Amino acid sequence: MSHDEKRTNAMKILTTPRMERCIGCHACSLACARLIHKRLSWDTAGIRIRSSGGLSTGFEARTCLACSPAPCVAVCPTNAFSQRKGGGVIARKKLCIRCGACAKACPVDAIYLDASGEPFVCIHCGKCVPYCPHDCLEHTESSRGAAAAGQETTNAGEAEA
Amino acid sequence: MIRDHFRVLIADLSTEQRTITDIDGRYTVAGGSGLAAMLFEKYCSPSRSWDDPAQPLIFAIGPLTGYFPLMSKTVCAFKSPYHDQYAESHGGGRSALSLRFADFDALVITGRAKSPHALIVGSRQIELRDIHYLWGTDLQVAGKVLRRMFPGAGHRTILRIGPAGERQSPMACITADTYRHFGRLGGGAVMGAKNLKAIMIHGDASFPLPEGNDYVKVFDKVHTDMTDTEMMSKYHNLGTPGNIRLMNELKALPIRNLQATADPATDGITGERFAEVALLRNAACAGCPVGCIHIGFVRERFHEENRYLYRQISYDHELIFAVGSMLGVMDCFEVLKIIDVAEKMGLDVMSPGVALAWATEAFGKGMITEKETLVPLAFGDSNSYQQALEHIAYGTNEFYQLLSQGTMKAAARYGGGDFACVLGQEMAGYATGEVFFVSQALGLRHSHLDSGGYSYDQKPKGKTVDDAVKFLIQDEKGRVFLTSMVSCLFARGVYTDDMLSTCLTSVGYGALADNMDTVANEIQRLRWKMRIKTGYRPESVSIPKRFSEMTNWKGPVDRQFIEALKAAYGQRIVELAGFAEGK
Repeated sequence: MSHDEKRTNAMKILTTPRMERCIGCHACSLACARLIHKRLSWDTAGIRIRSSGGLSTGFEARTCLACSPAPCVAVCPTNAFSQRKGGGVIARKKLCIRCGACAKACPVDAIYLDASGEPFVCIHCGKCVPYCPHDCLEHTESSRGAAAAGQETTNAGEAEA
Repeated sequence: MIRDHFRVLIADLSTEQRTITDIDGRYTVAGGSGLAAMLFEKYCSPSRSWDDPAQPLIFAIGPLTGYFPLMSKTVCAFKSPYHDQYAESHGGGRSALSLRFADFDALVITGRAKSPHALIVGSRQIELRDIHYLWGTDLQVAGKVLRRMFPGAGHRTILRIGPAGERQSPMACITADTYRHFGRLGGGAVMGAKNLKAIMIHGDASFPLPEGNDYVKVFDKVHTDMTDTEMMSKYHNLGTPGNIRLMNELKALPIRNLQATADPATDGITGERFAEVALLRNAACAGCPVGCIHIGFVRERFHEENRYLYRQISYDHELIFAVGSMLGVMDCFEVLKIIDVAEKMGLDVMSPGVALAWATEAFGKGMITEKETLVPLAFGDSNSYQQALEHIAYGTNEFYQLLSQGTMKAAARYGGGDFACVLGQEMAGYATGEVFFVSQALGLRHSHLDSGGYSYDQKPKGKTVDDAVKFLIQDEKGRVFLTSMVSCLFARGVYTDDMLSTCLTSVGYGALADNMDTVANEIQRLRWKMRIKTGYRPESVSIPKRFSEMTNWKGPVDRQFIEALKAAYGQRIVELAGFAEGK
């Protein structure tokens, strides 16, 4: 991969533009847990599927919307979450003290805390995308503005799971 | 979780005691069907009736559940109200993954709650909750309330029963997550007898993956086979309803109580027709990227002034056959309306559909009248069938109480056993011939999926009784190993023995992979042992005359072959279970 490609990839974000097609197989969550977090789980993953009853009847994805600036970063007391270029966060688990502030700050419930309080959030790597049988997901260039000056992290894209 | 034993939750509803126990046997019975039979042997009282509070209701998953695609079924085992013998019923939805992530290999429920209760299970929660206020609610109402009451939307299963189960009808199913069912042989009645309206399982744990890269590589191979190759396209496309047209072309589709096997009018209920006008969307069991669940819709005009409501209803070949072709209802929306009533009542669709086909013929022959049926039954009359289904669920009168116990129970009282389409239980939608009829009639689950008799029937002529017996026994053995994993049987083309062996090895069950043949033999033996121990006698199973009066693409059915195959297959089953003479 060339330097430019790496850079482009680093700027990409995961989006869920076609969730109306979702059949609720959970392949995306299971893939994230398996490939990124080395877990068998549908919870400890950066994308989680839940059913949505009522009029819309179908499924919705709980995943990071790639905020920039990210509210979860603003409240993290240890810099375990830092701003990612293109939106979202870079997570450094070694720094995390399991305070849960990030999950509380997330406006869209995209951060899952396991029983020990460890946070799981999408790192926008796109590895879940090919496992979706109905192309609900996309790994795409962010159309939003970059992080505010001074809040960017230089090694974006090399997120630590 | 990979472990050498089974982690089992025993919940006694009478004492409210909940016990977690480790049970050996991973390398002899594997899980799923094998584990369910082993637990049944441990906890069942063979001589006591099915509704004795002590009898267990068992849910079991397999060693690969959650680890690989389409390992997404749960085996439910119980003493059946239909025949008071051992029974297995398989269901999907989110049941299997929820049980996996609740960190149990099986759930055993014994006892009887003092009032209608729900059992709530999670990795950090085991609770019994009084929900007497939901007793009597249909499944649409119960589903909505239960979803609101319990946490974990998307990562839980809610298994529940409707009025039919509460009334302990042998045709009552257990519904899983709205669109899937433990349909046959009366699992819903067993929950009813236990005063158990619902079971909620929250899959809220996670586990470390096996060490090394093998597992991820093998997963990708299986996932690709399931999604990128033609192996599963049948289920991804029209789904099983594609069989309606194929069976009709073969003159092997049971129509109007098997008085016909082909009819151009079935054009109105083919999988193609459903897809064209009634298919709303697809859904999947958790852990299955194929998504074979087909959901159609009906809309209902409830006011003159163009006011409508709509409902979503899942459909499959077996359902369309049972309340479509079998009842002469040849319009897909009318079929969906009938399925919808069965869903609300918590009835299996197949058994009551086939039972009403018998009742319609008996009504036409004057053997029963409107005094019994309460509505005039006539092939094609969807409205009457919708009302009749409610009568079956509620057991409105003596006739419907008997019919809801099985067609043969009603036939014993009113006559007409010769034309009852019963093969151990009400038939499945394949009139392919002798081998299928014997296979379903004697099969452990009385299911078309016990072994592939319907596909054997479609092979060239010249078959012998010996060949057919060998095929049925061998095919069943392969299938019981798969249902011990617990794989969806639609994936049997992908999960060959070699592939299963690779999968098992990749997650650390190499010892199981090395012994698949021995383990499969043991599971097959143990299941039949449980069935025979609870009263099964193959020689007492009859195949009604109607099955040899029909004609399909091969011509008339050979009654002599049926009888010879039934005797030889029955004998082989008894030998296999270790009950042969002198043993």
